[in-house]
Amino acid sequence: MAVWGSLDYLRLFKESEVMDLILKPEEEKFRDEVRAFVAENITEDIRKKTMTGFRLDKEDHESWQKKLYEKGWMAPGWPVEYGGTGWSPMQKHIFEEECAAGGAPPVIAFGVTMVAPVIMAFGSDKQKEYYLPRILKSEDWWCQGYSEPGSGSDLASLRTKAVLNGDHYIVNGQKTWTSLAQHANLMFCLVRTSDEGKRQEGISFLLVDMNQPGVTVQPIKTIDGSTEVNNVFLEDVKVPVENRVGEENKGWTYAKYLLGHERTSIAAVGRSKAQIKRLKTIASAEEHNGTALIHDQAFREKIADIEIDLLALESLVLRVLSDESAGKGPGPEASFLKIKGTEVQQGITELLIEAIGNYAHPFIPESMDKGWNEEPIGPEYASSIAPHYFNWRKASIYGGSNEIQKNIIAKAVLGF
Amino acid sequence: MSFTFTEDQKLLSESADRFVLDDYNFETRRKIIGQDGGFDRDNWKKFAELGWLALPIAEEYGGLGGSTVDTAVLLESFGRGLVVEPYQSCIVLGAELLQSAGNVEQKSQYLPSIAEGKTLLSFAHIEPTSRFNLCHIRTRAIKQGDCFIIDGEKAIVHNAETADYFILSARTEGDTNDEEGITLFLVPSSSSGIEMRSYPTIDGLRASEICFNSVKVDQQHVLGELNQAAEYIQKVVDRACVLLCAEAAGAMDTAVKLTVDYIKNREQFGQAIGSFQVLQHRAVEMLGAKDFSRALTYRAAGAIDQSNASERTRAVSAAKVEMGRSGKLIGQEGIQLHGGMGMTDDMPIGHFFKRLTMIDAIFGNVDFHKKRFAQII
Repeated sequence: MAVWGSLDYLRLFKESEVMDLILKPEEEKFRDEVRAFVAENITEDIRKKTMTGFRLDKEDHESWQKKLYEKGWMAPGWPVEYGGTGWSPMQKHIFEEECAAGGAPPVIAFGVTMVAPVIMAFGSDKQKEYYLPRILKSEDWWCQGYSEPGSGSDLASLRTKAVLNGDHYIVNGQKTWTSLAQHANLMFCLVRTSDEGKRQEGISFLLVDMNQPGVTVQPIKTIDGSTEVNNVFLEDVKVPVENRVGEENKGWTYAKYLLGHERTSIAAVGRSKAQIKRLKTIASAEEHNGTALIHDQAFREKIADIEIDLLALESLVLRVLSDESAGKGPGPEASFLKIKGTEVQQGITELLIEAIGNYAHPFIPESMDKGWNEEPIGPEYASSIAPHYFNWRKASIYGGSNEIQKNIIAKAVLGF
Repeated sequence: MSFTFTEDQKLLSESADRFVLDDYNFETRRKIIGQDGGFDRDNWKKFAELGWLALPIAEEYGGLGGSTVDTAVLLESFGRGLVVEPYQSCIVLGAELLQSAGNVEQKSQYLPSIAEGKTLLSFAHIEPTSRFNLCHIRTRAIKQGDCFIIDGEKAIVHNAETADYFILSARTEGDTNDEEGITLFLVPSSSSGIEMRSYPTIDGLRASEICFNSVKVDQQHVLGELNQAAEYIQKVVDRACVLLCAEAAGAMDTAVKLTVDYIKNREQFGQAIGSFQVLQHRAVEMLGAKDFSRALTYRAAGAIDQSNASERTRAVSAAKVEMGRSGKLIGQEGIQLHGGMGMTDDMPIGHFFKRLTMIDAIFGNVDFHKKRFAQII
């Protein structure tokens, strides 16, 4: 493997292969290996769903993740002793990019990139032994119990209460915006265990079994007609003390650790590259007065704007990955990855909806579900684009809104 | 050009606002959308009784002879409540086309009944590959004795399934993108050979893809001169663009109000989030976008009935560009400032965002109208 010099990420881009990094021979070999693996293991059906934003089933995610596990590629970001790959930053980047380009469903982050690092850093040996292998094998589906109706950007004001009662906590409260909770059997959850002192110092981090009395999952319909987020009601839910991660009232610290971990995936560079490719294909198919939209100078310049932003984003991602492998945490600047990453993603959805012109109007939510076999209205590529545009407005809201990300940078980097 | 409403316009605006406030809240609208045909026929009757359907129709045909500004006033109020009744399809496009292209006999036969709310029209014009080019017509009408035989496909025909008649554009001469050779027909929706596939649109309206398979239309149903319809269509669509902008102005007004209310009431960090200057400034940007777009819209509405073709084009396209930009800013920021709540189907803001986005995506988006404007600077 090549030695990763500190300025190595600044390698230039090939002109012939737009948006491709110049790779070293061994990296090219690795890329080909990943590409072949994705091609072999992703069916046309799943590839299409991933690319178009049609709904992926639980099984679609799980079958892919199980193949990744068998190959040993489920957790590239983990330390090798827990089942990580030991890849260089460039390899991790290539891996993400090839998975996205090949239409692999995104690996569900709640387990492998969110709760796992917290368990590794602060969990008990028993928790590590039990949960980490199960996460690698996708035997559990995790969801995140953070936000509450009254606690969004101001997460530390959360009120879901956990009261210690012998060897377990009794938990009462409501979580919201819980993505894919309908599939989950486990939730990592921030709860209030103390009202003393600073609000941040009365929060604990619990692992909650979703399949028990008192846990109710209620879907929330969003503006695009989908139901991927939920309210989760917790009524006298019993959580054994051994399911608390780390110390009582230290949950906020762990949650912050989680936020500072593996931030590069939120930038979704590979996914955005794949979507730009799709945008170009669609813009080549759409015609106005006999000329393809892709040859329209104004439209090309808008694509160029986004591609340039994406190149800048990719460069920052590579730098952060490089720092990470040198043992340096990403630091609060990683918030830029979230801001720019979501801006790029949203920018692409805007150009997609522009590209399809009049066919942004029809709305047949069932057409995005499994088993819908009717003829599409208008071109096949059009049907999911408008819903996707509206759905993707969530990206600048979730995971700490982009305003909160700017607050973090202002405070932690600029010292305001 | 006047920049204030007349007394009549003030009254019209108040009564239409009152209707939206009393009879068209978010829940009512939701129920209406779910009904057969996607609108409420009782509301349509009410619009007729109030004279709203007659507004732009000439007095000699049972109308009120109102100006484009008058209709804009009404549509701005409709926009405040996202009214889904087929005013654009039936009146702004249908009745206006009939009025501008039809002969005296045709106008006397249909316009009074449209004004009374008894006849519904829908404009079957856009085709699957036409994008924003109004002259991109492949549908063919071939003369056969006293009739025309029509074959072709129409796309995203709003309110087609409830229409009694289509005003249909077809090519009687020339090639797909030619300006010459387009003719308008009044086609009963019950004609044989019409196949319709209807669906909801993302902004809560209804539309259809329509196949015309050898549909026979009597030659007396030709509207206006043969081959010369492009000019009528362009004029009526230009007016429709301005009136869509007026509807958007109303929608933006509500979207800004909803957002400002939300951030004044939503508390985080122990205070209303609206107390943060960063959010106040963004609300101010939204308000400004609305004000500029609305001002330009009324200017275009005032100009459209009197100006020459290139002045009209500039006025219309400028208004549509400004509306597209403002609608996008207000829609996106409206959601963002509502946070997660803005993403839910139960909150009105998302529905305003969707309508604003779709108004941009009809009869030419920002890019299209910017180019059109740029051609005559």
